Amino acid sequence: MTASIRLQLTPDVRYVLRIGDTCLVHAQRLAEWCGHAPVLEEDIALANLGLDLLGQARALLTHAGRLEGGGHDEDTLAFLRDEHDYFNLTLVELPLRSGGADFADTQLRCCIVAAWLACLWQGLASSRDRELAAIAAKATKETRYHLEHAADWVVRLGDGSDASARRMQAALARAWPYVAELFDDDAVDAAAAASRLGPAASTLRQPWQASLRAVFAEARLAPPAEGAFRSHGRRGRHSEHMGYLLVELQHLQRAFPGGVW
Amino acid sequence: MKGAQPVAFEGRVAEAWRVLSGVLDPEVPALSVVDLGIVREVSTGAGGALEVVLTPTYSGCPATEAIEADIGAALAAAGLGPVTLTQRLAPAWTSDWISDDGRRKLAAYGIAPPCTRAGDAVVRVLARNVPCPRCQSARTERLSAFGSTACKSLHRCLDCLEPFEYFKPI
Repeated sequence: MTASIRLQLTPDVRYVLRIGDTCLVHAQRLAEWCGHAPVLEEDIALANLGLDLLGQARALLTHAGRLEGGGHDEDTLAFLRDEHDYFNLTLVELPLRSGGADFADTQLRCCIVAAWLACLWQGLASSRDRELAAIAAKATKETRYHLEHAADWVVRLGDGSDASARRMQAALARAWPYVAELFDDDAVDAAAAASRLGPAASTLRQPWQASLRAVFAEARLAPPAEGAFRSHGRRGRHSEHMGYLLVELQHLQRAFPGGVW
Repeated sequence: MKGAQPVAFEGRVAEAWRVLSGVLDPEVPALSVVDLGIVREVSTGAGGALEVVLTPTYSGCPATEAIEADIGAALAAAGLGPVTLTQRLAPAWTSDWISDDGRRKLAAYGIAPPCTRAGDAVVRVLARNVPCPRCQSARTERLSAFGSTACKSLHRCLDCLEPFEYFKPI
């Protein structure tokens, strides 16, 4: 069994890992649909979405490794960290194929996250960090297709039959407590905004709401009121589901150190 | 098989472009890497090594590494080595860079080329009436937003009834 790596976590490294880990873990959950989606077209679509996200994660983790300076590459960062050194949004680590989740949860999450990433990429395109800006400018084109696809599904299910509408509204109620974290600032955000590395999370709220307002209206969905619950995946404090996800994600590298295809 | 005769210095860049025009994209074998617009620059560096700058298509394109290996092997086989390959992300690749020749080859292969410029593709207004690459009919419908690769969607012609792929504008 390979030991976990230890990182020098400067605010810049944390900021980039938050985005890279969100793409990585989101891709991991979407990959669980491969071979299991309700229709073949959706199986292909979810796999393609996951592949784009994994590509974005690779670029971001590679860049985080360079910023960190300890010689860690994308694979080391993806496979050899302990749970508290992953900084993804809690929302993307929640199960999609177990624990009472529905197909509606998958499409709603894809829609919420794609709209968030679209705002984030746009803010990052003018980063002082040219590599980060280039990754974002590329990803923004891909995310546009992800948002279009997921938003189509949210409308189709939300404004569909009584059963599909009820299930989409239930998915919205399940996802909503975890949405507050998308816009929750801390010292890492403040440092990124001050040094023009990238936008603070709180500044994404307004453009995100604006982009989803039309989708929710067309889907005849009403987002619930925001409660007091806060998740903290971006700070390395995860839900009970993260450990199981990492066991599967890391298994091969832990069991066969340095193994490659 | 092309011999590994050293190519005269001044002719190497032109020769490299010619060789690259024969290196096909493994996912869309109708197109060369030059038709696709992913070869951005070919030059000779200070040490005399050939420098090739590539801009990858999609972030998650699984062909990126294969394309790099194919390009390196083709240039080496043509006696143009040593070669330095560089990935350049910015400006990001766009389907607008597919050459006119590339667009004709795509259509002949049965894949409809992008029918709008990348910047004109509007979110949530779907291009459902992509012209059929076989019979040119505009009466077509989209079957699937994603196809066998991330860059394509799947469509069907309502006149000739043939299914076809569409290279999405990005």
